[in-house]
Amino acid sequence: MSDQILAQPELAGVNIDTDSEDISRSEVILKGALAAGAVYGALAVGPFVGRALAMAESGDVGILNFALTLEYLEAAFYKEAKTRAKASGDLKSLIELVGRDEEEHVGALTETIKKLGGKPVAEPKFDFPYNGTAGFLKLAQTFEDTGVSAYNGAAPQIKAKEVLEAAGSIVQVEARHAAAIRLQNKEEPAPEAFDPALPEAKVLKAVEPFIA
Amino acid sequence: MAVANKPSALERVTSDPVSRRKLLAVTGGSTALAAFLAACGSDSSSTTTTMGNGGGKTGTEQFGKGDVGILNYALTLEYLETAFYADVVKSGLFKGSDLATIRKFGSEEAEHVTALTGFVKQMGGTPAPKPKTEFPLKSAKSVLELAATVENLGAAAYLGQAPNIKGASVLAAALSIHSVEGRHAAALNTLLGESITPDGAFAKPAGADEVLKSVEPFIVG
Repeated sequence: MSDQILAQPELAGVNIDTDSEDISRSEVILKGALAAGAVYGALAVGPFVGRALAMAESGDVGILNFALTLEYLEAAFYKEAKTRAKASGDLKSLIELVGRDEEEHVGALTETIKKLGGKPVAEPKFDFPYNGTAGFLKLAQTFEDTGVSAYNGAAPQIKAKEVLEAAGSIVQVEARHAAAIRLQNKEEPAPEAFDPALPEAKVLKAVEPFIA
Repeated sequence: MAVANKPSALERVTSDPVSRRKLLAVTGGSTALAAFLAACGSDSSSTTTTMGNGGGKTGTEQFGKGDVGILNYALTLEYLETAFYADVVKSGLFKGSDLATIRKFGSEEAEHVTALTGFVKQMGGTPAPKPKTEFPLKSAKSVLELAATVENLGAAAYLGQAPNIKGASVLAAALSIHSVEGRHAAALNTLLGESITPDGAFAKPAGADEVLKSVEPFIVG
């Protein structure tokens, strides 16, 4: 298989829309972190990122720990949102459903890492900068879309078939969350025909600003 | 593919959300979580095997060998989805934002058709022919239910094949389509007032045999 296939523009890379007039603070932070990472390189990455990157050396366990970190972030985000997002009605139920799913992902990933003989990463402390329901929804959309791209980026490197199956079954659920959150934001649930894939280092830089 | 003489299970259950969920549960086969945890048993050597079609059947052999067969299987499903949405747009059953959603999803399925056709050709294969299709378009509600069924099944179909794919580039492409099918499914489930994650926190895969059987009644030549 040649890599030419990936050179097809619609499948390559991730769109970070800097032209959008509707940029939330979190997105600015996220873009700022990505830009800083690009300028300063590895020296700019914090201890958390360094630790997670070190994990990447250990194959499937490393990928699972990377996924676990993202699931920790999402689970903590939705847990806090139950009281902080000021949600009611359908959104309140959605937050509960999504939060429960993310907690199940944390549990399954932790258990799997242990059974593979690895050591699950510790849960970081998080800090989510947002105000009110609208701020919550914007950040939720960023997290879910990033989560999808993170799994899609990491999955082709997974060695064990069973781990790939599990990652696939989780990423589909993340995509479903992303679509539902996007509908709450009155945005296209599936904005593109091909979900972009993000490399691990970019995802870690993107989430770093939310690690307290 | 043979013409179905009797109404399929899928046709019968599309108007019944409960049995539809049951169908999806059945076609989903073993849960991914079970596979996930089974992967972590004491026989650690089994978790380091390489991926590929080598061992078992993928159920896509009728479409070609290896990755080409899987891509042609996916192409057939995408042709079906594209034709379905085109028929729905023509039916006049939808207006406004629902129609816009249907158009958008249809155009994304058409992009999948184009990309998959390109992949098959790049790999030296012959793209699967576009099947002739026919869909029951009776009411807006039944059409949305059928759309949700087709999308949930499509997402499960990609999930079922992903571990069989050999080429990393093909896998990356399949995954980038898989999650879009999952997004479509969740959006349609939302329109219907149903759970966005009918399988819970872990989506279930579907094997090619089950998927093909389910779509057979819509293929008329």
